Amino acid sequence: MKLTVNGQKMELHCQTAFQIREQIGNQSDIVILNGFQIAEDCEVTENDTLTIIRKGIMPKKEELESMMVARHTPNVHDKVKKAKVAIAGLGGLGSNIAIMLARIGVGQLLLVDFDIVEPSNLNRQSYYISHLGMQKTIALKKQIEEINPFIKVETKDTRVTEDNVKELFSGYDIICEAFDKPEVKALLVNTALEQLPDIKIVAASGMAGYDSSNLIRTVKPMKNLYMCGDFENGAKVGRGLMAPRVQICAGHQANMVLRLLLGIEEI
Amino acid sequence: MKVNGNIIFLEENQSLLDFLETQNYDIRIIAVELNGEITPSSKYKDVMLKDEDTLEIVSFVGGG
Repeated sequence: MKLTVNGQKMELHCQTAFQIREQIGNQSDIVILNGFQIAEDCEVTENDTLTIIRKGIMPKKEELESMMVARHTPNVHDKVKKAKVAIAGLGGLGSNIAIMLARIGVGQLLLVDFDIVEPSNLNRQSYYISHLGMQKTIALKKQIEEINPFIKVETKDTRVTEDNVKELFSGYDIICEAFDKPEVKALLVNTALEQLPDIKIVAASGMAGYDSSNLIRTVKPMKNLYMCGDFENGAKVGRGLMAPRVQICAGHQANMVLRLLLGIEEI
Repeated sequence: MKVNGNIIFLEENQSLLDFLETQNYDIRIIAVELNGEITPSSKYKDVMLKDEDTLEIVSFVGGG
């Protein structure tokens, strides 16, 4: 029977997944069959994809990629691997969106921010003490390399203005608007919708405080524009930004990006 | 005129900018789609609104 095992096509005489594990690994190894980690033995059929992962052992780089791909639903990985997504602003939204998109294997990410990591970022943004003082683009790129080294990451340490939107984001499928200031959010959305008619934008508005999680939602108010948030709760004195709602909103944005990459335009 | 899905009464000879100002929109933090096309903020004062127009207006609040 022809099977793909740990990324390599093989001809094996086996009926079940655990028989294959016995042949090439040992009993404590994890078995992933067509994207799903199995606890009980299953029959295998022609062209199945099987990944056998030894716990606690650092795999070789080419094996690592097939092990990571194994956990993605078949047909999803191929599409996201080809995708190019830009993230504008690497604060609470952007840093968390970037990590999620790296985990699902989006092939190319553009990270845009002018700022450095500060202590006040640590309450909600994906940075550590060891990143303090570092450019956010670099600190995030380093994390992505630790999570999924197969992602191509480009960085731009710059402020986004009306004059550089087209140059920065041309060639990308989707822009995640993840800025803090409402004027800059509006500037990016207006300029990109006008100058880059083929790009979709997934923006955010309203995620401060600790109101109900369920108020945060995804809408599609305009052609090529998706927005996530509660659309009301701006950050202000007495209503700060906190990790849970910021990450819920980032999750909405990342999932909308994934849906768009898979050809689903409904919210 | 239709604004964000609601029918509203449009006064005569209003530019988009007049309309947005009377509705208390802060034009620095909004995006406006007129009949399915984004309208750059530099054009707000030149666009005269008509009864058959459909406007979508989104406003951003801070935080990210």
